Amino acid sequence: MFDALSERFERLGTSLRSRGRLSDADLDEALGEVRSALLEADVELGVVRAFLEAVRVRVSGETLSQSLTPGQQVIKAVHEQLVEVLGGSPLKVTYASRPPTVILLAGLQGAGKTTTAAKLAQWFKQQGRQPYLIAADLQRPAAVEQLRVLAGQIGVDVFSEATDPVEVARKGVREAERLGRDVVIIDTAGRLAIDEALMREVRSISDATSPHYTFLVIDAVTGQDAVLTARSFHETLALTGIIVTKLDYDARGGAVLSARGVVGRPVVFASTGEKLADFDLFHPDRMASRILGMGDMLSLIEQAERTMDPSVVAESAGRMMSGTFTLDDFMTQLNQVRKMGSLGGLMRLVPGVTKEMRNAASNVDDGELNKIEAIVRSMTPRERREPSIIDGSRRTRIAKGSGTTVNAVNQLLKQFGEMRKMMKQMSGGGMPNLPGGMGRMAQAAAKASARRGGELPPGFEALGAGMNAAAPVVRGGGGKNKKKKGGRVTPPKQR
Amino acid sequence: MTIVIIVIALVVLAALTLIVVRRRRNSAALVSAPRAAMPEVLVHEVAERPQLLDDVPVLEQRLGASRSIFDRVRSMVGAGTVSAEQLDVVEEVLLRSDVGVATTTAVLDDLRANGAPEGVAHAVRTALLGAFAPEREVTTVAEPGRVPVWLFVGVNGVGKTTTIGKLAKRHIDQGRSVVLAAGDTFRAAASEQLQQWADRTGADIVRAAEGADPGSVVHDALGRAAARGADIVLADTAGRRANSTNLLDELSKIRRVADRAPGQVVETFMVLDATTGQNALSQAREFHAAANVTGIVLTKLDGTARGGIVVAIERELGIPVKFVGVGEGVGDLIIFEPRAFVDSLLDT
Repeated sequence: MFDALSERFERLGTSLRSRGRLSDADLDEALGEVRSALLEADVELGVVRAFLEAVRVRVSGETLSQSLTPGQQVIKAVHEQLVEVLGGSPLKVTYASRPPTVILLAGLQGAGKTTTAAKLAQWFKQQGRQPYLIAADLQRPAAVEQLRVLAGQIGVDVFSEATDPVEVARKGVREAERLGRDVVIIDTAGRLAIDEALMREVRSISDATSPHYTFLVIDAVTGQDAVLTARSFHETLALTGIIVTKLDYDARGGAVLSARGVVGRPVVFASTGEKLADFDLFHPDRMASRILGMGDMLSLIEQAERTMDPSVVAESAGRMMSGTFTLDDFMTQLNQVRKMGSLGGLMRLVPGVTKEMRNAASNVDDGELNKIEAIVRSMTPRERREPSIIDGSRRTRIAKGSGTTVNAVNQLLKQFGEMRKMMKQMSGGGMPNLPGGMGRMAQAAAKASARRGGELPPGFEALGAGMNAAAPVVRGGGGKNKKKKGGRVTPPKQR
Repeated sequence: MTIVIIVIALVVLAALTLIVVRRRRNSAALVSAPRAAMPEVLVHEVAERPQLLDDVPVLEQRLGASRSIFDRVRSMVGAGTVSAEQLDVVEEVLLRSDVGVATTTAVLDDLRANGAPEGVAHAVRTALLGAFAPEREVTTVAEPGRVPVWLFVGVNGVGKTTTIGKLAKRHIDQGRSVVLAAGDTFRAAASEQLQQWADRTGADIVRAAEGADPGSVVHDALGRAAARGADIVLADTAGRRANSTNLLDELSKIRRVADRAPGQVVETFMVLDATTGQNALSQAREFHAAANVTGIVLTKLDGTARGGIVVAIERELGIPVKFVGVGEGVGDLIIFEPRAFVDSLLDT
């Protein structure tokens, strides 16, 4: 997400880095680039103007830093401003002292309210709550049916009846109270902000249920209209926050900036895919880094810590460093990584990865990984330890056993060999043959870890040092991130 | 310790990706993973055709609610050279309409170079109209002996199913018999939604259980249409993001199935939400590559969104907008008219 914006800023970073100092003309040119980038990313014009003004104030107010090049200084200012606009610290979800906690979802048609309602219910379930869904979208054909099907998949009850939306919502909340559910999520029909009758209706639903949270569901591909929509919904419903959907598209997601800038309420949740699990809290500070192409190491590390088994990984890691990495180790690692989530989702968090790799990763489905696993599982233990003994007839057997082709087996073996070579070189110090972004990846991992107070193993610093010149480094985010950690809601455990 | 684990995870991650990238290059024609076995296909018989109100709106009227054309642009007096302030206003109006930076820059360059001999409003209007092809035809007939198919593609939530419902009504009003193919077998209750449209408009519908192969649904709909001598098949597909090769491959496959005798795809419509911003360009590009899009249906233009992105799509990709949705009513999907649309863009 925000890929294109990141790319622009990366280019901007490069051209500014090559200059010694920043003149007024330079600043104008740089901000002009930022303006185009933001507009192309669908940030609303008014929000863009305010943003640029704020960046200009930031840059001109500062004395030229000794340690930063002028280009880095602009990028730093842009980054800080992005963090500010995207919402400083995330909203902390608290629960009503007298349950149920009522949550109202509203938005345009097609923004993804119904799917979001189910995803939100699942999120609360993972938090140990007992959610209850109310289907108050009686407008779109089969909307209630859709919510029922989705709710069935996560084992949450749905309330609905064919009366009118306000009545459904009111009864639903009462029903939830009776059943002792502590979180109620109300799905409403999509409506246009200029449709006065429907806006009055959603207002009545809100009045009848007095929700503790009212979320605007907004689509990441939305253009300039995001501001108007957000503003009208905010005026009608007094939003507590925004939920952004379809962040898995290659959209630049400027709508998030626009809506956030106009409504002044935080983006709370983000939906990143069609599966019900593709949903989590939105992290503004991380998102700002992502926009600037810095990747999102914190998310990655958190995810790793949550899901990986350190002892298992450490064991094969040792062999990896010593160059005796086997196909068994490969399987172990593969399974550990798979536990962390989809490859595509993970690659998005890694800084400096090329677009091609990212797209490729997002296209890998479970089937393909299963196939790799099937091939390895069809080998004998000895073959897994010493792949070099696999000859023609063994290949045929493996292909048959795994239901693939000899060609597929060949490919896997060849690539495994290359991977092993790569690892050997890596453990021999430096990272000579790693593809483009990997050096930066390691460096960013080191930085992120340092930020969190983790210790660097000896030699690691040297590993990243060589990359320093190449990677765009934005300082200044680090200290802030740390401070905010306290207030953040811990993301749910993934299955 | 943590850091070592993470580095390792990253290396494995990157290695895996590399493997896949190469694998993809090696096997260019990757077949999409097989879906669940083909379930029993349900066919819905139509008993009677309910009469629907026929009230065809005119785009200009619908967009005209707040349409004091060009107010800010028209209030610019004088002809000839365009002042810097005027250029700023034009730029703002266009950018706010989602026309995009590239197209806006082109229009501004044109104004700077050629001035506005007949006034700024006229010049801007002419420049924008230049992006649109003057003629746009909608094909409803196939080769003799084959059933014409309209295929609908697009990202999630743009209104594909609703569009099909409305177009079914349009065809039926024009005296054609329609078979709907409920090819969105992914989204929960998508076929129920289309079923309700079939009931409302009196179209036939072929649907299958959730998770069924969409190609087989289309195939069955074609068989049914051919057997009954239906005039046209409208085929729904699941909403999909435009940056996933697998999903686009699946779409190409559906299109191939629909284009095989007795069917013939005469129109592939990309349905586009008028609130969409610049991402619509890459959507159009990807869907066009995968399914050879012949036209755009611009939905939800009755809100505050301007849908200016279609100017960029027509200008850069040459894909014409053919229908536009201007309301929730069943008759609120109308033929696109560039002039009325351009006027509405300039209306601030």
